[in-house]
Amino acid sequence: MSLIRLEPRGHASRAMVYLTPVLAVALTLASGFLLFLALGFDPVKALHAFFIQPVSTARGLGELVVKATPLVLIGVGLAIGFRANVWNIGAEGQLTLGAIVGGGIGLAFYGDGGWWVLPLMVLGGVAGGMAWAAIPAWLKLRFNASEILTSLMLTYVALLLLNYLINGPYRDPEGFAFPESRMFEPYATLPHLIQGTRVHLGSLFALLAVAGGWVLMSRTFIGFQIRVIGLTPAAAGYAGFNEKRIVWLTLLLSGGLAGLAGLGEVAGPIGQITPSVSPGYGFTAIIVAFLGRLHPVGILLAGLLMALSFIGGEAAQIALGLPKAITGVFQGMLLFFLLACDVLIRYRVRFGARRAAA
Amino acid sequence: MASPTPRLDLRGITKRFPGCLANDHVDLALLPGEIHALLGENGAGKSTLVKIIYGVQHADSGTLHWEGREVAISDPHAARRLGIGMVFQHFSLFDTLTVAENIALGIEDKTTSLKDLAVRIRAVSERYGLALDPGRHVFDLSVGERQRVEIVRCLLQDPRLLIMDEPTSVLTPQEVGRLFETLRRLAAEGCTILYISHKLEEIRALCDRATVLRGGKVVATCDPRKETARSLAEMMIGTSLSTPERAAAAVTGAPRLEVRHLSTTTDVPFATELKDVSLEVRAGEILGIAGVAGNGQAELMAALSGETLIGDEGAVLIEGRPVGHLGPRARRELGLAFVPEERLGRGAVPELSLSENALLSGYAREPLVRSGMVHFGRARSYAEKIIDLFNVVTHGHRAEARSLSGGNLQKFIIGREILQKPKLLIVGQPTWGVDAGAAAAIHQALMDLARGGTAVLVISQDLDELFVLCDRISVLFHGRLSPSTPSHQTTVEQIGLLMGGLFGNSGDDEGEVGRVA
Repeated sequence: MSLIRLEPRGHASRAMVYLTPVLAVALTLASGFLLFLALGFDPVKALHAFFIQPVSTARGLGELVVKATPLVLIGVGLAIGFRANVWNIGAEGQLTLGAIVGGGIGLAFYGDGGWWVLPLMVLGGVAGGMAWAAIPAWLKLRFNASEILTSLMLTYVALLLLNYLINGPYRDPEGFAFPESRMFEPYATLPHLIQGTRVHLGSLFALLAVAGGWVLMSRTFIGFQIRVIGLTPAAAGYAGFNEKRIVWLTLLLSGGLAGLAGLGEVAGPIGQITPSVSPGYGFTAIIVAFLGRLHPVGILLAGLLMALSFIGGEAAQIALGLPKAITGVFQGMLLFFLLACDVLIRYRVRFGARRAAA
Repeated sequence: MASPTPRLDLRGITKRFPGCLANDHVDLALLPGEIHALLGENGAGKSTLVKIIYGVQHADSGTLHWEGREVAISDPHAARRLGIGMVFQHFSLFDTLTVAENIALGIEDKTTSLKDLAVRIRAVSERYGLALDPGRHVFDLSVGERQRVEIVRCLLQDPRLLIMDEPTSVLTPQEVGRLFETLRRLAAEGCTILYISHKLEEIRALCDRATVLRGGKVVATCDPRKETARSLAEMMIGTSLSTPERAAAAVTGAPRLEVRHLSTTTDVPFATELKDVSLEVRAGEILGIAGVAGNGQAELMAALSGETLIGDEGAVLIEGRPVGHLGPRARRELGLAFVPEERLGRGAVPELSLSENALLSGYAREPLVRSGMVHFGRARSYAEKIIDLFNVVTHGHRAEARSLSGGNLQKFIIGREILQKPKLLIVGQPTWGVDAGAAAAIHQALMDLARGGTAVLVISQDLDELFVLCDRISVLFHGRLSPSTPSHQTTVEQIGLLMGGLFGNSGDDEGEVGRVA
């Protein structure tokens, strides 16, 4: 008999479900405080340098939004799939395809385009992501192959494809054989929304995705079907909901949004196609989706928070001379506390062996 | 006290789960050689009490005395060492192993060889009239024979207390009769039997004493032979019971559902295939399909609801229209309503509110969805209408489906389907696990619906229920459906024989028929 047991509580309170992310953030800050203290830094100054300094200027806030944009775009799409038990783990690959197809359109019309190139690139980005996500959807429905594995493996195929293109057809002919494309023409670049920052049109797309995701999940009949399929597949079959259609819909939707995020990176802050379009936004967005409780508004907040951990980590490296791993430490603590809080609102801990009936 | 020392004496057993008190100071004394019934509605605390006796769960307070000595039963091994055996409602047998191999896996003594065990199995089964061949594979056995395997497994360990949990829910009336003989013989030899059931007539026929639980407390101890089924039911529910009124002779109209030579194939091992099933239900009548679970009921339900599509689209017709190729949504739009056997997890989504569950099937025939958007206000008023008209006890349309008791959830689901004014309603196990009060209300609602001109098809294992409700009854056995008989021209015994496979001259099935009969 074990000495520590978890005993289910009757019902988890709804308020606690939404409060746990806040609690997790508070615990992360408290642990960060102790961690900096142990490392010999003034903890108040260090936390200030990590969490406040980077976003105390307009430019810093802009960078926060720039980093949050792909996370939110992808997170909203993934969360809708997760609600239906469709586990698209390959958003990174779909993002890459969005960059390849949408960016490819920008390169194809290099030098003789016009205002119409950008909308075409956006559509191309969405289509590229959708096409890449359609493969796991088809494999799942045709061969019952797990989309977790197929979508993840296709990510590596996508990265290799990008690598091939960037060393071949996409390479800048005047680029001294560096594996990079040309810089996009101004008409093929997403316009900036706020002067003095790098915030671009993609952030508006992200906000639209949040609003659209919310309407879809809480107001439409499709959203209701998605929730029923995720909670109780047998009830969905009984009600006559078409599960295949929902698999297609959720994978195409999340793939399309990931593709849009990829296009947003190359036609936005990067301005060209490079071998590393994303520092892993597609994977981090999975954390964002769960941290945001699979709810679009929660995902918006979670996306901003994860973006802060990225830029705070960079700032801490510069200001305090801390190693790069500090970003990972804070992201890890955040996840750890979130999961721990989740367990503790559903279960209570009991010490000592189970008492036998006397 | 002149009475003998009880075999097992429970004193003040209390067990609390998060959010509910399952057993509240329960006292129960089981005497040697008696057959003692444990009665109560679902959620009354019967299974918790039994699990405490068998060591699966532990009481928060209270004591257990075995033959006068206080004991702690830490786990089922300890219970078996004391001499407590239990036959569960759901069998734990491996289909691909033989009877002897299954029994060898389940007994404490691992030293006996299979050959010796087979000899002992034969001896025990002969002694108690439990015909059983140790060399047969379990997948080849009928449900009644599988139960015998479980009983023999217990008997091999010479139990002095045998617990039977709802043993007859899967048996034909004839098999029930044989089981009772065995139990009486065991009791005569001094074995105590704790018999858990909600079938009141059986308890009156078999048991010497009955303890009634309600809300976790013992509310009565009585001699069931001196009670009526009605008085026992009223002890269980704590209020008086209304009897459903039988409609006058049914006036039947045009056929609403026709099934013509429906056969299905399956690639799931041990699933039942439907073979040449034909039936017809007309407007205004109730057709009952009897049969022991596992004889094709699930397959028939899925084929009728549209959850499994049928290659031959003319095999199922709604109002003369072939629908075999149509899914559940299209069939609902044609006027089919459907109440599945599993109410939580198929008929309702446990985590969703009652309004959302009203939408689950209500979308097809009620104006709850407009151009892709859910009209939540209408879903709420639809849910409230169901709650109101069908007396669903709940704290409102926001309550999660899982917070309702079985009977109230079933009233909600049946209400949801009936209020859609279906042309045809198919119901699986309408009152299984439902308390007596709710069961009477459900029966009344189904009869009223048929009187209003709807065709109703009821698939049930409960023969009493079918005789109360139905105008005609058919029997499903090994995937075949018997021709229907008007229920006033047949008896429980005749239907029982059909449930055991005696279709008369059904030809190519002779082997199976001969074995079971």
